[in-house]
Amino acid sequence: MTKPLRPALLGGILLAVLGSLCPFLWFVLTSFKSQIQVEAIPPTWWPDGSLGFYASALIEHRLLHYILNSVIVACATTIIALVVATPAAYALARLRMAGKAWILGGLLCVAMFPHIVIAGPVWQILERLGGLNTHWGLVLPYVSLTLPLAVWILTTFFQELPFELEEAARIDGCTAWQALYRIVLPLAAPGLFTTAILTFIYAWNEFFFALLILTDPERQTLPVGIALFQGEFTMPWGEIAAASVIATLPLIIIVLLFQRGIINGLSAGAVKG
Amino acid sequence: MTQSTRERTTGWLMVFPALTFVAVFSLYPAMDSFLLSLYSEFPGSERSFIGFGNYAELVRDPVAHQAFIVTLGFVLLSTTLELLLGTSIALVIHERFKGRGWTRAAVLIPWAIPTVVAAQMWRFLLNDQYGDVNAILFGDQVDAYVPWLADPWMAFGAIVLADVWKTSSFAGLLILAGLQVIPDETYDAARIDGATAWQRFWHITLPLLKPALLTALLFRTIDAFRVFDLVFVMTQGGPGDATQVIQFYGYKTLFTEGRVGYGTTISVTVFVALAILSLFYVRTVGSKLLQREAA
Repeated sequence: MTKPLRPALLGGILLAVLGSLCPFLWFVLTSFKSQIQVEAIPPTWWPDGSLGFYASALIEHRLLHYILNSVIVACATTIIALVVATPAAYALARLRMAGKAWILGGLLCVAMFPHIVIAGPVWQILERLGGLNTHWGLVLPYVSLTLPLAVWILTTFFQELPFELEEAARIDGCTAWQALYRIVLPLAAPGLFTTAILTFIYAWNEFFFALLILTDPERQTLPVGIALFQGEFTMPWGEIAAASVIATLPLIIIVLLFQRGIINGLSAGAVKG
Repeated sequence: MTQSTRERTTGWLMVFPALTFVAVFSLYPAMDSFLLSLYSEFPGSERSFIGFGNYAELVRDPVAHQAFIVTLGFVLLSTTLELLLGTSIALVIHERFKGRGWTRAAVLIPWAIPTVVAAQMWRFLLNDQYGDVNAILFGDQVDAYVPWLADPWMAFGAIVLADVWKTSSFAGLLILAGLQVIPDETYDAARIDGATAWQRFWHITLPLLKPALLTALLFRTIDAFRVFDLVFVMTQGGPGDATQVIQFYGYKTLFTEGRVGYGTTISVTVFVALAILSLFYVRTVGSKLLQREAA
């Protein structure tokens, strides 16, 4: 299967990999520099391996706090979105009901709304419910924003599962709910997992709504913390780099482990069929 | 008969929670914005109905014009570059070679990085004194260092660069999915006839790839229209208004200045512009996208 690489392909691979990784690697190197090295003109390339910026980001800039907020918001969003999207996707994939094409098409349209057009009224709803500056106040719109993609991906996965097992179960008197939980869910575990990963990444990275809804630093998530990072006199580049590396590390691990599933999931909503 | 009624009821029960979420936090807000845009509302003033007054103001507002032009320029330039780079990436990671999994993972990393992190990263790399870009281009010649983000055109280019770096791989994945459905046999005849690799790409791959390319274009256009994070972190819309995209202008009007009526008018206009553009695309590709369900 593997043959010697053609020079053109090898060049393409190198360009793609270096272009993707180099800019971020420079930022990673910066996070291991010392203050003197970061402010050197011209810049120095190799860091002296100092962990000072990590300590300062974690302790003085209270990064752990932001991490904890992000973990809570991203996990809650993922769980709720999956619990809500799974039965919807199952019904859309399997049950005989009218208007399925409309629902799927409508969800696709809603996913395309510019965020600014819903931001103002969402803010007002949350103000009335007392949801500003709370985690659940951010999780609710996140669930709504991630649902269309989750339903689309799961519908595609469910449609690809063989129908016979369920049919047999239904004939034996299983209800649609039982068929979903006993037969389809175990088979669709990879699809659920992929959807969970994509939802998690979305919620972990989202900035616009987090910026609007969480103005209290006690509640803010990592992207807001990193965007609003302030030093007393100068830009704290070293600390920003360290915080960025910490915020990105879980995502890099996820990508390295689940590259295949992510690629399948992203294209499931779009081109297949 | 009763069974199919029960199935329909169950179906609606299963779909209901998802639809409720979307109705409350997306549909209702969008409709509410349409209503709010017909009112004048400032901090400390009564809300009053002014019909299309806000829209009339928008037509006369030079800052809004500038924001629309910047956004359009950004969308056109970044999506074009992303499709070109995305196609190249897709062609590379579609090939079979040792280490393809690692290559795919590497290419996915910019997509997975939070946009805010990518923005801070490019802001640092393009820094006039400490940035690596100046160091690479000019080495020790410190006098030649360029303050990239202080120049209107360079700052605009920087936002495009950051977006292209971050999202080309996503476009690449959508295009890859298109490549994967082209059967290998399609190429065999052409190969026997002695077509070069370039001819095969131009006459076979590209025409068959059209739906995937249009889908990628649609997704990227919609996303590029709502660019916000990069601008917020890298330039705050500056220098001057050179990188003030429409979503940032709307955010400032709505949330910083508290001009609810005018702010929502800006956002509704973006919405309508985007809807028209999407419809235009969907008429060319979309029917295929939605027909899937029927199959």
